[in-house]
Amino acid sequence: MRLLNFFRGETFARGVHPPQHKETAELPIRRLPFAPRLIVPLSQHVGRPARPLVQVGQEVVRGEPIAAAEGFISVPHHAPASGVIEAIRLHPTADGLWAESIIIRVHAASSQEVLWSRPRDLTQLDAEGLIHAVQDTGIVGLGGGVFPTHAKLRVPKQTVIDTLVVNGCECEPYLTSDYRIMVEHADDLVAGVRIARQLLGGPRAIIGVEDNKPAAVAAIKSLLPDDGSIRVEAVPTKYPQGAGEMLIKTLTGREVPPDSRSYQVGAYVQNVATLAGMGRLMPRGEGFIERVITVVGTAVERPGNYLVPLGTPLRFLLDYVGARDESIEVIFGGPMMGQAIASLDAPIIKGVAGILVFRGRDLPTQQTRKTYPCIKCGECIESCPMGLNPSTLGMLAVKREYESMADRYRLGACFECGSCTYVCPANIPLVQHFRIAKSVLRGRAS
Amino acid sequence: MTASAFTAVPVSAPHAHITAGISRVMLWVMAALAPATLYGFWLFGWPAIHLWFITVLATLLGEGFCLRLAGRKALPILFDGSALLTGWLLAMSLPPWAPWWVGVFGGIFASVFGKQIFGGLGQNPFNPAMVARVALLISFPVPMTLWVAPLPITAAAAPGFIDGLHITLNGFANMDAIASASVLGYAKTELTRGIDLLHSLAAQVAPHGSATGYRQGSLGETSAMLLALGGFVLLGLRIITWHIPAAMLAGIAIPALILHQVDPARYLDAGTHVLCGAAILGAFFIATDYVTSPNTPAGQIVFGLGVGLLTYIIRTWGGYPEGVAFAILLMNTLTPVIDRLIKPRIYGRNRRGVALEPDRVK
Repeated sequence: MRLLNFFRGETFARGVHPPQHKETAELPIRRLPFAPRLIVPLSQHVGRPARPLVQVGQEVVRGEPIAAAEGFISVPHHAPASGVIEAIRLHPTADGLWAESIIIRVHAASSQEVLWSRPRDLTQLDAEGLIHAVQDTGIVGLGGGVFPTHAKLRVPKQTVIDTLVVNGCECEPYLTSDYRIMVEHADDLVAGVRIARQLLGGPRAIIGVEDNKPAAVAAIKSLLPDDGSIRVEAVPTKYPQGAGEMLIKTLTGREVPPDSRSYQVGAYVQNVATLAGMGRLMPRGEGFIERVITVVGTAVERPGNYLVPLGTPLRFLLDYVGARDESIEVIFGGPMMGQAIASLDAPIIKGVAGILVFRGRDLPTQQTRKTYPCIKCGECIESCPMGLNPSTLGMLAVKREYESMADRYRLGACFECGSCTYVCPANIPLVQHFRIAKSVLRGRAS
Repeated sequence: MTASAFTAVPVSAPHAHITAGISRVMLWVMAALAPATLYGFWLFGWPAIHLWFITVLATLLGEGFCLRLAGRKALPILFDGSALLTGWLLAMSLPPWAPWWVGVFGGIFASVFGKQIFGGLGQNPFNPAMVARVALLISFPVPMTLWVAPLPITAAAAPGFIDGLHITLNGFANMDAIASASVLGYAKTELTRGIDLLHSLAAQVAPHGSATGYRQGSLGETSAMLLALGGFVLLGLRIITWHIPAAMLAGIAIPALILHQVDPARYLDAGTHVLCGAAILGAFFIATDYVTSPNTPAGQIVFGLGVGLLTYIIRTWGGYPEGVAFAILLMNTLTPVIDRLIKPRIYGRNRRGVALEPDRVK
């Protein structure tokens, strides 16, 4: 397979093949009931936190805006359920920090019906109007980047985008939420792709789906127009195929130079869940209030793909799926790049595509495995999709030669996909070293 | 569920890891070495078994001694398997009936001067087993070039456990009577005496002798077939890649093919070159040592070709009949240079590391 891809030249260089563990792939999306309290942090995105529009004690209905975007690089938030604003105060979040959040006490009889919307005829809107319509949904990059989608859609003038790269790879093991969206809501996805094409000046759109998801490819293909403006392409299943730069390379053969953005090589990347969200919400004029999340892991009794109201406390969700083990590790995202969370009080926010719940002993973490000296086997070099030398970078990190890492060994190109650390037989925590080095360098620069 | 149930410390991604660890890699390499080693035990009998044990023990002893000297706990590190493997590889390359002190000197030299003096696992620039072998060969050329004829352990004349121990500890009184030269050594000696290969080799070995390994030679080097089998197991498990073995064997075989065509009386054929001596053992098990070989595929091909060519040059025009150990050590010195010159192209940059122009990559 590797050799075949080499001759076809149709994918990025190197990378790894972790076991896929897509156990939840064939479980249809199911709704999670409302938790008694929902916690909506004002900042769930890159950019400035939203500004609250509601007062304590105020009644809100499901779908109603409760916080407005603060400037252009910001998004509004909507009430995920009908209820009363109980408080606006600091609340723990996944990374351990406390953040200003709107807390809604949900009415016991709150229905799933969305009670607030502002439908719009999208065909009547100009580019700027469309961008604001995107912003009004409150949608952000749902692949984990959480950059406000409308802001990303406004590319500089004179820029020619000739390819809209739609990222349906879902290369992280375990996660199947994008897959379920592609299979069950391919119509929303295609609608979203149309809107994005309209905004970007009508480039061709290529939906890249890893070739381990033929059902998704088939579901999308049946809805595509005949003019070839939107294509779906099965790409080799290889981690990290779903990284933007890698998928651009695979689908267009182009590379994004350092310190450049993808639009500078004529490509624009967006994740399938984001586009499906746009395609579903924008014509109805609704806000983004719930998302599909894969919940899986050795400590989960009822794994699945759940449609989770944003703001649901993690503890409520874990109880619902039957994760009641005594010692568990909870990860937001996939096993390769996900974030181990610091508090079970943390709410589910817009950027969470998956929740992994493992018994502590089932996780092959650095703590439980012995670390050996580097034996220079070169596995990390053979895995790095960016072509870096993690082995040398790791040795420099131990010696704290951070400047040398950045200047001579291009640490800045590392996007922390974790491949090097995944393959290291000496179990050296390479990515962790790199994160420390980057934060030290950032500290010195500022 | 309560907050106190959340006992595990928050950790950092990735939360997944391959199952392979260093010890597992070492274990597989040893398993791959086992068939050829057992064949060597059978072929050369109890003295070979004793020598193997002595060499391995001496290597472990040297390693443990250095670790204690450095104030580290010796046992857990000894169990990573790397010292055991070094001793094993060294034993494979020794004359099977060599006296005990050859194994002791070699084993201690390998772990102390080959490895620990540089800081232990991963730090040594040279392959420790080959460092020790070359030190032995230069210091004690006579016992290092006495090859016994095959005398299977099952044969009536083969020494038993006690007799074998006697041979290893006190030496074999009548060594000259049973000793003969290795194929490569014999060819070289006869050539220097002015007897061409066509005549000297005619009576020497049956052609199939080399592949099965029923011939004189180092303890574990005679059976090219079993060594290659082990090598293919390592390839199949992706513990090694094809680059170094293929390039090294090509580096030996290509000049041999050409020159043998030119003058078969002066130059050995490629088959003998590849199947005799340490070529197969070196190609699959020694040159592929992670620590001392380049870490990119292209670099490994350069390295392998270099080892192969140097081996051929030393065998053909050098003073020694066998050159694998020297060739590997010489190329070990070049490994850092190769790694510096040959490295992957960084995404978004050209080979020289200069950022690509956005409009040019379009």
